[in-house]
Amino acid sequence: MYKFTIRNIVYRFDDLKSLLAKASPYRTGDVLAGICAESYEERVAAQIALADVPLKTFLNEAIIPYEKDEITRLIIDSHDDTAFNLISHLTVGEFRDWLLSDETDTAVLKTIEAGITPEMAAAVSKLMRNQDLIAVAKKCEVVTRFRNTIGLKGHFSTRLQPNHPTDDLKGVAASMIDGLLYGSGDAVIGINPATDSPSVVMNLLKLIDNVRLQFEIPTQSCVLSHLTTTLELINKGAPVDLCFQSIGGTEQTNTSFGINMALLDEAYQAALSLNRGTIGKNVMYFETGQGSELSANAHHGVDQQTCEARAYAVARRYKPLLVNTVVGFIGPEYLYDGKQIIRAALEDHFCGKLLGLPMGVDICYTNHAEADQDDMDNLLTLLGVAGCNFIMGIPGSDDIMLNYQSTSFHDALYLRKVLGLKPAPEFDKWLMKQGITDEKGNLLPVNPGNKLLAGIIK
Amino acid sequence: MNKEIANTDPLISLKEFTTARIAIGRVGTSIPLKQLLEFKLAHAHARDAVYSLLDIDKLIADLSIFNLPVLQLHSKAESRHKYLKRPDHGRLLDEESAAQLDTYNDRKDVAIIIADGLSATAVNENTFALLELLIPMLLAAKLTIAPLCLVEQGRVAIGDDIACRLNSKISVVLIGERPGLSAADSMGAYLTYNPMPGLTDESRNCISNIRPQGLAVKQAADKLFYLINEAFKRKLSGVGLKDNAGLIG
Repeated sequence: MYKFTIRNIVYRFDDLKSLLAKASPYRTGDVLAGICAESYEERVAAQIALADVPLKTFLNEAIIPYEKDEITRLIIDSHDDTAFNLISHLTVGEFRDWLLSDETDTAVLKTIEAGITPEMAAAVSKLMRNQDLIAVAKKCEVVTRFRNTIGLKGHFSTRLQPNHPTDDLKGVAASMIDGLLYGSGDAVIGINPATDSPSVVMNLLKLIDNVRLQFEIPTQSCVLSHLTTTLELINKGAPVDLCFQSIGGTEQTNTSFGINMALLDEAYQAALSLNRGTIGKNVMYFETGQGSELSANAHHGVDQQTCEARAYAVARRYKPLLVNTVVGFIGPEYLYDGKQIIRAALEDHFCGKLLGLPMGVDICYTNHAEADQDDMDNLLTLLGVAGCNFIMGIPGSDDIMLNYQSTSFHDALYLRKVLGLKPAPEFDKWLMKQGITDEKGNLLPVNPGNKLLAGIIK
Repeated sequence: MNKEIANTDPLISLKEFTTARIAIGRVGTSIPLKQLLEFKLAHAHARDAVYSLLDIDKLIADLSIFNLPVLQLHSKAESRHKYLKRPDHGRLLDEESAAQLDTYNDRKDVAIIIADGLSATAVNENTFALLELLIPMLLAAKLTIAPLCLVEQGRVAIGDDIACRLNSKISVVLIGERPGLSAADSMGAYLTYNPMPGLTDESRNCISNIRPQGLAVKQAADKLFYLINEAFKRKLSGVGLKDNAGLIG
């Protein structure tokens, strides 16, 4: 039981779970779940009470019972006491101040990563303003490698997402060439297939792999099919670079996705065994997003942001190359407008980075959300400042397969220009060699004789 | 000047392979104004569709040729804002509507439910053309039809509540789909065998993208009629039905 009194009103919070929920900044998903604070005052009371909770409490009070949930077991069993030592005497409120202090730099944050649980990260984020989330995330550096190096400070990558409504190979290829000529694709060339048919996925994998080999592109490919489909294709000898899966923060959510940790373990080992990375062994690509647990009716009364942070515990077990929070895809019943989408994205990026994950964000919205391109420009700029590892690259922001709006190839160029950021170093060199950019990183006019234009579509 | 750039953009040749917004050129690193305004217009159409209203008077007038009772119903979501925030309210009838249905519980084969969903525009524009084909097919097959229901602020699952109260064996929900940038007028048709509250999407078959530039009403009506017959034959709908149906593409 936690409580705080304001002007004779005693606000009581039954357990840590409800304290976290009531302390969460307002969002529609928590209202829909019936767990949101009922007034502004109650929310701040919860935040004040939360500030006094010792971090150690999170190791003793599981918000979803240990016996009932394999993610809780993972969080508790993999907790690193040595890494935790430095911060073990702090309360959540003191932790917020400690994170922001000048002494807490990139190296210090690295040493405590494994000592922070998702619930601690979620809790402290609830006491932070947007600028705090940006300032601390910027201090974190999470670098991963497969065929190139992603996440170095001063660099900023993109997933080239050349989706097509019928998985038409030429249609996909056309968007892919367009993107490459705009300097997109250093995080991954990743296609969401319209169907999960293994033969279709196989053809898409071969398409990207052929282009990559033909043009010696220092990047990796991924077709975002279900884990079981990817496993089946690995066994058939498909050219799988990264193994993809959507994950959530409760065991029951993952059951609804048709996966569990044993299956993830199997897929991870299978992807590692292919040994296709040239400079690193980060072989997994995960997607997450606030609201998945409520949507699967599997949230156990835990607020959507804390659920999201718990998904990162699953992700970090597998040392992924990329983790992408698809923040605005889920719809207005979870994140209503630009304000809520922006806040959620900054929380996710912060929590993921604090836990040691290579966070990217799908800066996006659907047409029934109260959001538009201006909101996405704001979020894009904020995430660039925060040191986000990667975003999506989609022709003209319009994904014609998934029917939502994300970031365009142009958006990434804008961010690189205004913030002086560069692509992954290996990819940057390739872009210059292909005559796509000059030495300052500026895009050059497309040469009609560029082999990328002629080579792919026959 | 823009025209000149566009004409000489070597990427233009890629455009024949996809409707994606490729080869749109650039000014500095930004999207040229013409392309930017095209995008804004598409988004405006989608936004307007989300806030569009069912044209009840016109629908009632059009549907009168079928000589079936037409009922006007409303979900528990009293406004569009509430509808967007509380999908659970959009799946249930308000009390007045529920009471209205109690007088119509003769066992019928098919209930047809017309709901605004996320684009009333789609429903206003495509419903009558589809039913003009479908209803005669149902009647010719000696199937009985429950009163036609028009629902404001409705989601797909409200059809379960309605068809169950109407005592119908199958429900067909015609509903406006979430507008995309390429189309704001897509209607979906969801078929559920033995509808009852609490069912989820795996119990349904969906025919999507019904609109003049998408799936034509003739094909949609044929598919629906085929599915209805198959559902009666197999006594199920949803995943099990879809897997066995060769016609469904």
